[in-house]
Amino acid sequence: MTPTTRPQITMNYVLLIVVSAIAVYPLVGVLFASFYPSGPGTSPSGFGLPPSLEWRNYLTAWEQGGFADSFTTSVIVAAVMVPASVILSILGGYAFATMRFPGSKAIFYLFILGLIIPTEATIVPLYYDVQALGLIDTYWALIILEVSGEVAFGIFWMRAAFLSAPPSLLEAARIDGASSWGALWGIMVPFAKPAILTLTVLVFADSWNEFFLALVFTINHPTAPAGLASFSGRFTTDIALVSAGAVIVALPIVIVFIIFQREFMRGMLTGAVKG
Amino acid sequence: MDAEPAVASRAVAVGSRRKPKAERLPGEARRIGYLYVAPAFILYAAFNLFPLGQGINLSFYDWDGITPGTWVGLDNYVEFFTEPAIREGYAHVLQLMVFYSFLPIVLGLFLAALLSRIRIRGLTFFRVLLFLPLVITDVVTSVAWIWIYDVDGPLATAMDAVGLGALVPSAGWLGDFNTALPAVGVFGLWGQFGFCLILFLAGVMKIPASLYEAARVDGANAVREFFAVTLPGLRYELQVVLVLTVIGTLGTFDEIYVMTGGGPGTSTSVPAYQIWSRLFRTGEVGSAAALGLVLMLIVFAVTFAINRLMERGAER
Repeated sequence: MTPTTRPQITMNYVLLIVVSAIAVYPLVGVLFASFYPSGPGTSPSGFGLPPSLEWRNYLTAWEQGGFADSFTTSVIVAAVMVPASVILSILGGYAFATMRFPGSKAIFYLFILGLIIPTEATIVPLYYDVQALGLIDTYWALIILEVSGEVAFGIFWMRAAFLSAPPSLLEAARIDGASSWGALWGIMVPFAKPAILTLTVLVFADSWNEFFLALVFTINHPTAPAGLASFSGRFTTDIALVSAGAVIVALPIVIVFIIFQREFMRGMLTGAVKG
Repeated sequence: MDAEPAVASRAVAVGSRRKPKAERLPGEARRIGYLYVAPAFILYAAFNLFPLGQGINLSFYDWDGITPGTWVGLDNYVEFFTEPAIREGYAHVLQLMVFYSFLPIVLGLFLAALLSRIRIRGLTFFRVLLFLPLVITDVVTSVAWIWIYDVDGPLATAMDAVGLGALVPSAGWLGDFNTALPAVGVFGLWGQFGFCLILFLAGVMKIPASLYEAARVDGANAVREFFAVTLPGLRYELQVVLVLTVIGTLGTFDEIYVMTGGGPGTSTSVPAYQIWSRLFRTGEVGSAAALGLVLMLIVFAVTFAINRLMERGAER
């Protein structure tokens, strides 16, 4: 470490605190705003505490915003798509990490390509495909499209995790006569548990935060973010109420983030940096 | 930030990276591998690769989505060069890149360099706070910033308090033709900055202390030290962040949809928003398909170019 003086250290902490405060201010501001008396014309200034604690805003927002319905959609979609994405990624990643078959390299690179194909490139034909399948405004549309979008990263991630396993691990299993299926679930999956947990958390966050697909493919059964977008559009002047809606939608992901922050960091940082 | 937050974002590093060790083909020959890959690949091909082909076909038609379309050849692509609205969208995205990419990187580097000189206590806590803007749904953060930019919101209140009330746009920052785009940009800066800083901080900690000591023995001051040790040490992080943020900006959609709807006028219209609006508002389906494919090609080209440039820089 560098020789540093006390004032320098203090300066650095001050900087860090200022920067963190800027990051959090809009979010805390919304939290405070959500407790202000609701109604058009009342505008939280963003400074100081709310004059009273209007818990009622949450009830009103929940009802007016139809969040019971949009949370149902989000929860059902996540409950199906997260396990599905993770399992398909484990299977694919395992094959690419431990097996060699004709074309495996080409197929792997096709998946990698999926990491940078923007949704906008496929959204137009997809809309008509989903319509032809009769799946517009259904949970299935979101589940299928989200899983098909996640497996590219998931396979990439799980392959790296399985590659980091010592080869002796798999060899020992094979000497014991384990099948590839048995070795996967008996040896490799337990070994890769931390990576799987990280992937699960990231996939859940993607699913909960997905907006574009929800906007395109849902009508009466939006997801939580899509529900909030239309709620905020309808109640533009009622900042307290819209803020309460925003807090409701943010809460699940914030809780998951705080519980699993180590996995989040690892995923977002090494997921980005590790090739 | 981006329309496809984490997936598209975490993508990046992919194209780059010196040959991973695993390049020696791993594992043993087993055709059963197909079975393991098949479920994911079938889904992926059916809903990602196949639509690309369909999109190419669609892009040659003038189609409103209902009545039979007419074959127009490359007209939808020619539009890209002749229609000012499309160029305007890309011009906006270029301006947004200053806020979504350039500024977060510069600020992140600067702060990471400063902070690298001390051991930070409670780093985990600060990291959680700095990460929140990225973790929370774009729609929520957009709602927060709509309020911040409101004529009666915190920013206007603060400016009033210091006697700058006259500078507050009468329709709020998001409602003003001149300020809406930079206002969206500042939102992006806010969202990206923490990620850049944390990624750079993590990178700085991996730089061997001996390099800093050597630089100091040579009498390097803080600035020289930054350019001689810190910056080269962060080359890989820099490459990743650059690709991530640039791709992310090209796909900007959520915040535009929620905060401005592309307005006022077309002052915050961006390519992804134009695609959506052609598909659902104006019924120009073929054109929307063409725009999507062009956007993809630009994303490919930019990813390739950045990775190439950064790698060549490293060889020198």
